[in-house]
Formats: sequence, C-alpha cells, structure tokens
Amino acid sequence: MTTWFPVVVTLIVAGLVVGVMCTINMLLGPKRPSEIKGEAFECGNPPSGSAWGRFSVRFYLTAILFLVFDVEVIFLYPWAVEIRRLGMFGFVEALIFIVILAVGLIYAWQRGALDWD
Amino acid sequence: MTVEFPALTLILIFPALGVLYNLFLGYRTGRGAVSFVGPAVMFVAFAVASWAFYEIMVMPPGSVLTYSVWGWIEAGNFHTSIGLRIDALSAVMTMIVTGVGALIHLYSVGYMAHDEDFARYFTYLNLFALSMLILVLADNLLLMFVGWEGVGLCSYLLIAFWYTNPQFAYNGRKAFIVNRIGDAGFLLGMFTLIWALSQHGAWSLDFLTLKARASDIASTTLVGTTAATVAALLLFLGATGKSAQIPLYVWLPDAMVGPTPVSALIHAATMVTAGVYMIARLNFLFVLAPAALMVVATIGAVTAFFAATIALVQPDIKKVLAYSTISQLGYMFLGVGSASFAAGIFHVMTHAFFKGLLFLCAGSVIHALEGEQDMNKMGALRTKLPITFWTMLIATLAISAVPPFSGYFSKDLILEAAYESGHTALWILGVITAGLTSFYMFRLIFMTFFGESRVDHEKEHHIHESPPSMAIPLIALAVLSSVGGWVGLPEGLAWGDAFARFLAPVVGDFKPLVVGNPAMLSLVATSLGGIGIIVAYLFYIRLPGLPVILAWRLKGAHQLLLNKWYIDELYNFFVTRPLFWFSNTILNRGVDHYAIDGAVNGAGLTVETTGEAVRRVESGNVQHYAFVYLLGVLGVVAYYIYLVIH
Amino acid sequence: MINFSQINLVWLPVLPLVVIATAAMVVLLVGVRVDDEESDGLGWLALASIVIALVLALGIFGQSGIAFAGAIAIDSFSAFFELSILIAAALTVLMSLDYADEHRLPGAEYYSLLLFSVLGMMLMATASDLIVIFIGLETMSLAVYVLAGLLRRDPRSSEAAIKYFLLGAFSTGFLLYGIALIYGATGTIKLVAIHAALTGPLLSNPLLLLGLGLMLIGFGFKVAAVPFHMWTPDVYEGAPTPITAFMAVGVKIAAFAGFLRVFMVQLGPASAAWTDVMWAISALTMTVGNMLAIVQSNIKRMLAYSAIAHAGYILVALTAGGPQAGGAILYYLLGYAFTNLGAFAVVVALERRGAAGDQIADYRGLATRQPLMAAAMAIFLLSLLGIPPLVGFVGKFYLFNAAVHRGFVGLVVIGVLNSAASAYYYLSVVVAMYMQEGGFLEETRRSRPALVAAIAIALIGTVLIGIYPEPYFTAAGNAYQSAMSPEEVHAATAMAP
Repeated sequence: MTTWFPVVVTLIVAGLVVGVMCTINMLLGPKRPSEIKGEAFECGNPPSGSAWGRFSVRFYLTAILFLVFDVEVIFLYPWAVEIRRLGMFGFVEALIFIVILAVGLIYAWQRGALDWD
Repeated sequence: MTVEFPALTLILIFPALGVLYNLFLGYRTGRGAVSFVGPAVMFVAFAVASWAFYEIMVMPPGSVLTYSVWGWIEAGNFHTSIGLRIDALSAVMTMIVTGVGALIHLYSVGYMAHDEDFARYFTYLNLFALSMLILVLADNLLLMFVGWEGVGLCSYLLIAFWYTNPQFAYNGRKAFIVNRIGDAGFLLGMFTLIWALSQHGAWSLDFLTLKARASDIASTTLVGTTAATVAALLLFLGATGKSAQIPLYVWLPDAMVGPTPVSALIHAATMVTAGVYMIARLNFLFVLAPAALMVVATIGAVTAFFAATIALVQPDIKKVLAYSTISQLGYMFLGVGSASFAAGIFHVMTHAFFKGLLFLCAGSVIHALEGEQDMNKMGALRTKLPITFWTMLIATLAISAVPPFSGYFSKDLILEAAYESGHTALWILGVITAGLTSFYMFRLIFMTFFGESRVDHEKEHHIHESPPSMAIPLIALAVLSSVGGWVGLPEGLAWGDAFARFLAPVVGDFKPLVVGNPAMLSLVATSLGGIGIIVAYLFYIRLPGLPVILAWRLKGAHQLLLNKWYIDELYNFFVTRPLFWFSNTILNRGVDHYAIDGAVNGAGLTVETTGEAVRRVESGNVQHYAFVYLLGVLGVVAYYIYLVIH
Repeated sequence: MINFSQINLVWLPVLPLVVIATAAMVVLLVGVRVDDEESDGLGWLALASIVIALVLALGIFGQSGIAFAGAIAIDSFSAFFELSILIAAALTVLMSLDYADEHRLPGAEYYSLLLFSVLGMMLMATASDLIVIFIGLETMSLAVYVLAGLLRRDPRSSEAAIKYFLLGAFSTGFLLYGIALIYGATGTIKLVAIHAALTGPLLSNPLLLLGLGLMLIGFGFKVAAVPFHMWTPDVYEGAPTPITAFMAVGVKIAAFAGFLRVFMVQLGPASAAWTDVMWAISALTMTVGNMLAIVQSNIKRMLAYSAIAHAGYILVALTAGGPQAGGAILYYLLGYAFTNLGAFAVVVALERRGAAGDQIADYRGLATRQPLMAAAMAIFLLSLLGIPPLVGFVGKFYLFNAAVHRGFVGLVVIGVLNSAASAYYYLSVVVAMYMQEGGFLEETRRSRPALVAAIAIALIGTVLIGIYPEPYFTAAGNAYQSAMSPEEVHAATAMAP
C-alpha cells in the first residue's frame, strides 16, 4: 500500500492541476468567436472538401499486401543472421513460413487484388 | 424381502410401444388400428401391474420388487440409476394409473371418434401414461423428476390439443409455466437434499438412501432451520404446482379446455395426485420436518375450502368439477399434512374412481349436447341419458361422502387424522368444506338432470346416450366408486382398515396426538354433507327462484366467487405485468435499447448499401456497447483495487 | 547448434492441427478457381479434413505431456475439446453446403476461413502458455469476424462483422493487457510455471489481481458474459445462420477451453481472487440473458440471448471450481454443441434468402406442414430448456450439482429460477409451431440430405448423450483431471470423501 501512495498522490495532483487550469481559463479568458477561428486547421492551407472523402479501396489492398511482406522481412532478418546455428530445422521452418505467406499471395493474385483495374 | 422383478420394465415398455406406434404408424394404419393399439397397451400394462400387485400381496409385508435398468447419472461420487421399484405404495399407484388409465383410453375411443387428429391424441395419451408410470415406479428422486416433467409436458400438449383456439393454446402454456415454477422448487429441493447428504458422505437420491439418512438430513442446519424442513418446503412448492394447490393452482381450471377424457385422466385421476404421492413417498423426510408438515396441512385445508367456495357458483359443468378437484386435492394434502399418509393415498384412490367417473359423465353429457358445457343450458337429461345419470349420481354420492360409497371412508379418515393430530381449526375447515362439496355437487346434478329442459332447440332431438366404448368405463368406474372404499373400513369393522395396514410398511402408521371419537367426528362431517344436499335440493328443485334472489341480494359475494376471488387478475397485476414491464422497459428499452432498435432499423434497410450500415454503426450503437463493456471493466477493476487496498 | 530435443517436437499430437491448417490452405487455393455456385466440392473437402482430424484427435486421449517448449499441452483435456470443436465444425459444414450455394457465398473464403477459425479454436484448446492461447484466440476471431460479414448483399451482415470486429479488438486489448500483467507478476507465460508461482499472499499482489481481472474480461467477451455481451444479438442476427450457429457453439467451446485451462486449472490456487467476480458475472449473465430472451421476436436473436444464458449456467460451475465442476462443464459443452447446432440447423433449413423466415411468428403452424422438422426443433428447444431426459437437463444437473457440492447454493438457486423462467421463450416457439396457424415456412426446395443429416446427427446426440450420459461424463471428468497437475489431482481426490 505504501509503495502505491505516491502514485495516488500524483494522480490526485494531476487531476487538480488540470481541473483548476481549465476552470480558470474558462472564467477569465475572453471569448470572441469568428468564422475564421472556427475553421478546420490544415497546415495553413485553406481546407477543401469533406474529411470523409473517399479513396479507392485498392490502396487499402496494396497497403495490406505491403504489410504482409514487411512483417515477413522483419521475421526473416534475425533468421538470416542466425541461419548457421539454426541449421536444417531452421531452414525448414522458414520455408514453411514463406510457403504460408506465398499461399496468401497466390490467393490475392488469383482474386485479382494485384490488378489495378 | 426384496425381489428382482424384470417384468416391471414391461409396465413401461407397453405404453412406450403405443407411443411409437401411434407416432410413426398411426397416421398410416388408420383409425381402427389406433383405437385398438392405444387402449390395448394400457390393458396389457394393467395386467402386468396386477401381476406385480399380486406378488406384493402374497409376499410378507414390506416386500419390494425392484429392477435396475442401467446406471444413469454418475457425477463424482454421486450416483443415480434408472431403477424401478414396486412396494405397497407404488403398487397401489400403478394399479390406479394403469387401471383408470386403461378405462379412460377406452372411453376416448368413443369420445374422440369424430376428431381428425386421432393418432396424435393417442400418442400424447400413451406418452402421458408412460411418464406417469415412470414417476410412480422410480426408485429415486431424480428419475421421479423425469416422470414429473414428462407428465407436465403431456398435460400441456393435451390441454392445447384443440389448438386452433388461441385461448386454448394460451391456457396450455400457462399450465406449463406455472408448473415450471413448481418444478424449480422441486429441483431446488433435490439440490438441498444432495447438499445435505453430501455433508454426511452419502451420494445418492435413492429413496432407500434418503430414508436411511433422513435423520442426517434433519440434523443438518440450513438457513436457520434444518435441511429437512427446507427441502420439504421446496418439494412441497413443486407439489403445489403439479397438484394445483394455493398459490399455484391457477392453471387447473384453465386446463379444462382440453378434451374431457384428458381432464378425467390427467387433471383429476392421476397426474394432479403426483404431489400427494411424492409427499407420501418421502414421508420419512416430512415427518422429520414438522413445520413443513404443518404448512402442507394448512395449505391443503385452506385450498380445499377456498376452491369449494368458487365451485358453488360456477355455471360451467367442467369448471365446477375442476374446482372440486382442487378442493379434493386439498383434502389429500390435509391428510398427508396430518402425517396420515395412508389416508391421503386412500383418498387419491377413491378420488381417482369417482372424479374420473364424474368427468367421464360430464364428457358424456357434453358429447350428447354437442359441446355444450353451460349448466344453464341443460336440465331434465335424467331420462334421456339414463346410464350417465345413474353413474354420475353414484359418483356424486361418493364425493359427497355419503356412506357406504367410497369417498365416505377416505374423507372420513382424513378428517379424523386432521382432528387427531391436533389441527382442530383445519378440521373445522374440512368439515365445512364437506358441506359445501355436497351442495355444489348436487347443484350440478339437479341443474343437469332435473327440472325443466333448457337445452337449445336444435340440439334437443340429437341427444343420445353414449356408445358402448364410453358406457363400459362409466359402469366400471361406478362400481369402483361404490365399493372401492371398502378396503379401508373403520377400525374394528369386518376386516378393518386393510388399506392402511397394507401401506404401513412404506408410509408408517398414523400416531394420533389427540384422542378423538371417530364415530362422533364422522357423524358431524356426514351430517354437514347431508345438510349440503338438502340445501341444494331446496335451492334447485323446490325453490328455483331462491338462488337468483340470493345472488342479487349478496351481489358482492356472488361476484367475488363467480370471478374466482379475482386471483387471476391479481396475479396478472402483481406478477405477470411487472415482470414484463421489467423485461421490456428496464432491460430492453433501458439497457439494450440500441440492440432492439438496431434490429428494427436493420430489418428496414433492405435496399441501402453497406455504407448505410457502417454509418449507423458510427452513429452510436457500438459506442453504446463499448460503454456498457467499459462499465463492466470498471466494475471488475474497482473490485480488484478494493481487494488490494483491503 | 541448438539442441532441439529440448523443445520436444512431438508431431503426432499436433497432427489434427496440421491437417486442418493444410486443408484450409488447399481449400483457399483450389477455391479461387471454382465458381461460387459450385462450392459444394470445397465443402466436402473441408468436411473430409475435419473427419480426419477428428480421428487423429481420438488418438490423443490418455496421453499426457507438454511439447513445443511448453507451448502445447498434450492431454485428454485438449483431445476432448478438439473433439467437441471438430464435431461442431463438421455439423456446421453439413448445414452450410446448401446455404452457401443459395446465398452465393464465396466458397473458397467461406470454407477456408471456417477451417482457419477451427484451427484457432483447436490451438486454444491445446495451448499451455498464454501467448499461444492468445494466438489461437486471434486466429479464431479474425476468421470469424470476416465470416460474419460474408453476406455482402445484406447490410445486417456487414453491420454484424463491423460491430463484432470493433468490440472484439477492444476486448482483445484487455486480454493482452491482462496477459502482460500476469507476466509481470509471475515472470512467466507458461501456465504450469504460473501455477507454480502462485504462492504466498496472492491477494495483495496488485499486478496479479489486475491481470486476472483483465483476462477474465477478455474471456468474458468471447463467451458473451454480461456485461460484455452487447454484441451478441446483433452479430448473431446479422451473420449467415450457419456461422451464427458456429459462433454460438464453436467459439463458445473454444473460449471456455481457454477460460477453463487458465482459470480453473492454472489459476486455481488463486481462486479466492476471482470467485466473487465470477459469481456476480454468472448471476448477471443468466438473468439478463433470460430476461431479454423473453421479449425477442426474431428467432436468431432469441437464440443469441439463450446462448448468453447458457454461458451463465456454465459460469456457475466455473465459479464453483473443483474437478466435478470441470467435468460437468466439458460434458455440458459437448451436449450443448449438439443441441444448439441442431436448433440452428432447423433455422437454416427453414429460412429464406433475404432473411425472411427468421421471425418466431413465421414458425406458426409448422407442425402441420412439416411434422418431423417441427418435432426436431421441439426436442432441441426442450433440451435447451432442460427437460429430462434430454442432454440439456442432465448437463444442467451436473453443473448445478457440482456447484451445490462446493457450497454455492445461492448461485444455484438463481440458476434454477432462471432455468424455470426460460420456459417462456423456448415454449413460445413450440407454441407457434404446434398451436398456432398461419406461418408460411415450408421446406419446398429440393430435399437437402446434408442438412437433414446434420439435424439427424444433432438429434441423436441430444437424446443419446442425455439418456446414457455416463461414458461421456466419465470421459469429460478424466479429461478435466488430465489438465491438472498430479498434486492437484491428489488433493482433489483426497478432499472428496
């Protein structure tokens, strides 16, 4: 219990500070809303269109496929470094892993995920 | 002496064969074959039961026939088998179920002759008989529960047999749900027993084990009293459901919408007595729970009186008999509640004869009048339906406890037991009820068979006496109603109380606490019964205007009785509606508001694209779900923080 | 070189997993070349692999050991759960064959995802460390999320998938966090090691307690325990009906496999830390599930709430703990698989495209038009309601019996009362089928032997396991014991007189 006491104190202090500051701001700060102030901020450019604009779903597919091979590479790097120590077993394991990923790729390919049109 | 008796299985196998035949072949082989097979299996079962009964009779007192079919439920040390057992108690019950059952099956052949669903009817009826026999023959509480649920299910199917009337289907469901409440009590009682036994290292629900360990159960404390009392009360709750006692009797009057032979078999002669049988079976437990026994006796006496008052004014012939059944069941509970288990079972038997007969006669009347049940549209049927009249008169004399008809002996024994166990108030209630009983029963007789004919004109010339298949059971039951009580004569007369002596090894002897004068007690009850008959005669034969005037002068009381004390309305107002309100308003609208709305909206969204659904998801539903989820998380986390701090 | 013998690669016991994984990939690759209308072949392929895995899984019974460096437990517990899951999967495939054709479901994706989810479930059943349990859970869940949304033309299906996915991801977070905290508290993710580490004053270890609580929440979501149940009715209603059935049974079995192994078996010594919470969740789950089922008019939603209620009954035994409760849960799940899949199979048989026919009112008068179908449905519903001698009654009896023996009388009272209340909504279907007229449901289409076979198998299971429960219950009890450490078994047997 005693070990956790400082944490509790911190939490309480943090809550107090935030609460007090917000309240002071609300009470003292001047409020002059205008149209320009109410606009969305996009890196200084004048905002255009809705934030809910649509993108082609194909970007999504490409991103997913990228992610798969990204993860594959991350996994294969340490394996490549240690390949001698892992020996035949490690080699077979990595092969199985690649085959499984390949199955996914073949499926995506067959389903036409790689055709842009 | 315990004898292995494999033929016991035959008592179950034959009705089971009947079920299978009627279910799968009945539609194809036609009406003739069904009307042979349906009753035939019951007569065979009756023959086997008689054989077993004979065996019990010739063996020394206390003998048992058993047969274990297979081990059923094993849970750790807990063990229950599918085992059958016939001792004096279950022998009597088996004889009643198969005997009266066979007669009513036979009667049904004539009664249901014009019904389309002939095979379905006999499927249910055979299935009922099978379940009831399982209930009676079970050698442990769990298997008894199998039969207990089975008879409930069949009763429900048969009440709603003419389901084209939605009210009938509703009544069927009401019966089942009310019974489920009772069954919950039964189950909890069973678990109480399991728990109590496990405290003493016993792991079974066999009646033998229960009996041997009854004192252990009684010495285990539970919620401030003994486990025996808790279990007995819970089991009695189950009995109030099945046997239509206060507070769970409400389904039985509604059950009368089923075919009349069903009312006779299930809702008068057999199923509704299951609760009495169960208590008699567990007599060793109830004896050790005097408080529970007191509750049983009180509920029994109050129900007997209460139902009798309602029966006084009902115009529907079957409703009168229904409330009369509830009232008579109350007597039985008064009997077992006074620790005179033999008296209770004796009344079960005589009641099976005369009440079965009463219903069959009522059925015969209804059959003759093409479905008319209102007694205001009957009258003067004495000469047109002679067999029905004479047999019904015998049954009425029996239920009114006129000596030497069967009801006299059993009711007398119950009232004597009530008095001698010190329940004087309950005895008075029982005696008054006896007067009410003979009044409403003779009211029924006079309104139906005497006076002016009030039958609709177009039905008048169709009136005909029933076919032989219906008449034979009437006569057989009339004979039994007349002489069936003679197996239990008052002490010292001829063979004396042979019935109680026969049952004594199973249910024990009745030990009076207060000494009464049996002759005096009997005289009081019988004379009150006689007064009831005379009043009915005055009201409905001599001065037919009097009931109308009385009903007008005592309007409040009359309405109260006619509307059955408004109990259905009270239940509806205090139980059913709040429950639905809670489920619908609080849980459904409040907690799961979006769940329901989502469904309704979703059903409308047939043409919109998936995008629509996605948008809706984002407009609140899932957040709402996640919010409830988060509340749960906070609850759990808060609990653990609490644990850590303490 | 690393000495791989330490890792203990035993292939035979994991062969069922390998078979299912391989089959899933084969179905996927073959399937893309097959038209959606001719996906039956894929279904049979999936079924064949499930049957092979089933036979192989039988061989695991009676073995004991831990393989793959402590990741996989080889014991009867795994075998029993694998069998239950595979039975559920086989019945699901049988009832999917015509459904997939009629609703033009993409066969390759449908059957391969089904197999992948089975793979995840089996992995959960055999896992003996927290990470593998998590991987199994995710494999299962991701596949099921997609399966729920496969009716692409039906907005309700997409809605189901998205809701399930969002909330599932949410709850996965809690589970993972819980695993992390447990690791922090004990320094290991191996269940056996966690068990061994549970000594000393457990109740004052905040990491352990919080980890426990969060894992409980994660599993609670998967078994649809209140208050983590909100997704269930929407998802069950929207998903393709065979998938709903599979979710209600397969996912539940697998989640309970994990739940049981983690909580009852390995965290058993810390039971004081979770019994109260579990008690509350169990009582809530039964009550809310039943109360809400009463007012449903859609049969899939009704069955969804019924599934919630049944999770509550199982949690009664989980709360109680002890070997008897463990066996009871395993038995109950097996029986529940047959009964619930059977009920859903009837729904599948009767519903029409565009979700017509999933209202309870549509079942009116079914008994006169289709007596056998109505009778089967009635038996399944009566079993769910707990009418003896069907399996639902016997299972419930075991569950409550176990709880009574451990002294959880209050919870049993709540359970029994709930079970009594459930009569209302199960019967409303029976009433509609037998005692009302006017519905339109009828199986006019060509006779579908696979679906009928599924119903028949479910029916046989429901009746047989109820009437003659002893061998199954014994097997279930042994299976549960096999997952406990020897000293626990000893303690348990010493405790019972």
